[in-house]
Amino acid sequence: MDDIDRRLIDRLQDGFPLDDRPFRTVAEELGLDEDDAIVRVRRLRETGVLTRFGPLYHAERMGGALLLAALKVPPEEFERIATLVNELPEVAHNYARGHAFNMWFVLATETPEGIYAAIAEIERRTGLTVHPMPKLAEYFVGLRFAV
Amino acid sequence: MELTETDRQLIGALRDGLPLAERPYEALGNSLGLDEADVIDRMCGFVKRGMISRIGVVVDHAALGFDSNAMVVWNIPDEEVERVGAMFAGLSWVSLCYQRPRRLPDWPYNLFTMIHARDRTFVEDRVAVMATLPDVMVQPPAILHTTRRFKQTAACYGTPREG
Repeated sequence: MDDIDRRLIDRLQDGFPLDDRPFRTVAEELGLDEDDAIVRVRRLRETGVLTRFGPLYHAERMGGALLLAALKVPPEEFERIATLVNELPEVAHNYARGHAFNMWFVLATETPEGIYAAIAEIERRTGLTVHPMPKLAEYFVGLRFAV
Repeated sequence: MELTETDRQLIGALRDGLPLAERPYEALGNSLGLDEADVIDRMCGFVKRGMISRIGVVVDHAALGFDSNAMVVWNIPDEEVERVGAMFAGLSWVSLCYQRPRRLPDWPYNLFTMIHARDRTFVEDRVAVMATLPDVMVQPPAILHTTRRFKQTAACYGTPREG
């Protein structure tokens, strides 16, 4: 990663144009060649610095649903439970965190009803209680992540 | 507003993101039998309807060295949570800020903030600053450092392409 990569990522966090030559538009703003911009985005995707390049969807307006939920997993069972939870395609993210509530995951489903089914399935598989942590209010933060 | 079958196919074709080509929207259209202008029109429509929140990138924080991420949770009186939430969201080191229900008695916290940092000391220093802001401290916040990341995938929408 060099300085140009950082500027490019910074710029792309502001959005990508919907025009016929969007890489050229972005490249011109940064004083780059169109080809160079494409090559750099490809490399950043392939090396995993960018995990997505393209549209980012609003789950609820797509008719789907998202839910953060937590489990209290006995430490000696952690590996086994993690495997069971991660196997579900509805589990989009899963993190181990330092707390009695030690497993935190995000469910993403194509319908709101799918969330309840996924919770029931996790409880059935693990024998543990899922603690849903639905969003009550969102406070707006800038989308930019300084690189 | 209902999506047409063509809309669903377009969203399905975007599952892995935009093609990396000089004319990405033309390339997308070629795979679906749509012309470039039609693809751009449809995608503009998705943006206007709020289904696409933006076209851009998702950055892997850990790959950039921001691998000390923490969920920091606060117990804020209900009548203060909106004000404190707005205040926290305005801090440069806070990347997400949500109000969520308490799960008493085990979980008294109702305001969730995410902090992405290169080391744990940074997180702890910033949390100490936040705790001194007016009317925040009913009880100390809990800092839930991320100890492992198992899975991080995007939600899938649209009609999958054959094959």
